[in-house]
Amino acid sequence: MPVACTFVTTAPPLIVARGLEKRFGASVAVDGIDVHVEAGEAFGFLGPNGAGKTSTMRMIGCVSPRSGGELSVLGFDPATDGPQIRARLGVVPQEDTLDLELTVRENVLIYGRYFDLPRAAIRTRADELLEFVQLTDRSNDRVDNLSGGMKRRLTIARALVNRPDLVLLDEPTTGLDPQARHLVWDRLYRLKRQGATLVLTTHYMDEAEQLCDRLVIMDAGRIVAEGSPRQLIEKHATREVVELRFRSESVQHAALPRLHAIGARIEELADRVLLYTNTGEADVERLQADGLETETLLIRRASLEDVFLTLTGRTLEE
Amino acid sequence: MSFLFVHVVERNFMAYRRMWLVFLSGFVEPVLFLLSIGVGVGKLVGSVTVPGVGAIPYDMFVAPALLATSAMNGSVFDTTFNFFFKYKYAKSFDAMLATPLGTTDVALGEMGWALLRGTIYAAAFLATMLVFGLVESWWAILAIPASMLIGFAFAGAGMAATTWMRSFVDFDYVNIVLVPMFLFSATFFPLSRYPEALQWVVRVTPLYQGVAIERSLVLGDLHWTLLLNVAYLVVMGLVGVRVAGKRLTKLLTP
Ligand SMILES: Nc1ncnc2c1ncn2[C@@H]1O[C@H](COP(=O)(O)OP(=O)(O)O)[C@@H](O)[C@H]1O
Ligand SMILES: [Mg+2]
Repeated sequence: MPVACTFVTTAPPLIVARGLEKRFGASVAVDGIDVHVEAGEAFGFLGPNGAGKTSTMRMIGCVSPRSGGELSVLGFDPATDGPQIRARLGVVPQEDTLDLELTVRENVLIYGRYFDLPRAAIRTRADELLEFVQLTDRSNDRVDNLSGGMKRRLTIARALVNRPDLVLLDEPTTGLDPQARHLVWDRLYRLKRQGATLVLTTHYMDEAEQLCDRLVIMDAGRIVAEGSPRQLIEKHATREVVELRFRSESVQHAALPRLHAIGARIEELADRVLLYTNTGEADVERLQADGLETETLLIRRASLEDVFLTLTGRTLEE
Repeated sequence: MSFLFVHVVERNFMAYRRMWLVFLSGFVEPVLFLLSIGVGVGKLVGSVTVPGVGAIPYDMFVAPALLATSAMNGSVFDTTFNFFFKYKYAKSFDAMLATPLGTTDVALGEMGWALLRGTIYAAAFLATMLVFGLVESWWAILAIPASMLIGFAFAGAGMAATTWMRSFVDFDYVNIVLVPMFLFSATFFPLSRYPEALQWVVRVTPLYQGVAIERSLVLGDLHWTLLLNVAYLVVMGLVGVRVAGKRLTKLLTP
């Protein structure tokens, strides 16, 4: 086949950052990160509080100028083309910014107007979106009266009013109870299946595992690892983790030599010891044969939490 | 610069549809002042001599000043208290800035709303004055755009000042500025009644410019110095919007 006939179908990435930095005075919030996000991906920033996730999202969302490095969003430069870029973004900020003086439906309507969309089109769209986030029966309620989860869903609906090419979600489920969280995840999952490009931040490893095709782990303004959840776990953690809890700190301390004898990598936390191994069953049998007394003992698959712990020596939630 | 700021005006329109009682109160206040001071106190005072016009009834003297004052109050209220609430607590502006709207659009939109509301009040108050027989000249029709100008000047200044406010406690300063200005801008007695030295202080206050313009128009006593009053207010408004826009950019998009 002649070379001229092979189509190169690689669409340009929606986000490209090289050496991206954000400083507030003397403090460095984002310390030179490289990121690229392709169309159709669900991409995540996973990291603890203060890692620089929101600062990064705000630079991508063109509401915070970068302090250094390069950034291109949808092929444009946020420093000069902010309004054009924002016209094609859907933003769910970390803190709710719903309009408390308006009803649920009016929130979507006026938001559409900010994008200069025609009123009739927004009305149809608003009904669709409220249906999508299961808030149709609350259409005429004041926003004050909604639960945290409903507010989050409304914020998501609002962010979709302009049919964005890129949806930015900063901690979409932080502060929600498990049930409300699952409802949000379910909607995001549907969006993903419809082909939307999602970029989200989270400090919940289960959220990152559930939703992200690919993610970076951020800590102190830097990216410490990148890959799919599977890849990250394979690369930075073992297949299995044995979690051991002891009656007291001194018992835990006394058990350490025997645990080290197993030969697996060990993480010692305040309330438990983690054993990274590929042979969990066998190790546990050996420890029990050895007469090790534990309060609880659990063999589980390694998670992103373990990846973070391995890379930074800390847990995500602390 | 774009025309997107009209959507910010539209947002306020949407919100106030349910708050029409609040909306109405802005009209009632100056009318109450007119009835109590203009008509009531006026009975005791009798007439006032205005240079170039002669002796006029007291209510006719006070009414144009109340028109100017209500333009000031309405616009200051919208751009300080209401603006601060949206900026600091409701985060309405953060929501707007995630869309193609920029900080200039937000500042212009909020100001546009303050002006629109002020214009409606001015027109209603002027109509009331007409009913009371307090309008002497066809020039009075220009009192409405003059109210918009006063509103513009104070909206700019109010919005700029608000960007430095830390909490609602700081708004006491707004009253510390507004109340003396309301009482001593040749509102309730003519400039000639002030001590010589104070006359110059009064002449440079912003509300005095508004009072001078409104009074001239309503009484049909036009003078070239009005251009100075107009220029003063135009500059005040422009500087205010510019400062407010810059400050908002710094505060909302750090
Ligand atoms: N507006 C700001 N002014 C000063 N420092 C800030 C500002 N926003 C964030 N920071 C600092 O930048 C760092 C990163 O914060 P942030 O991006 O919010 O992290 P994350 O979203 O991952 O929790 C933190 O140390 C935070 O205190
Ligand atoms: Mg954050």
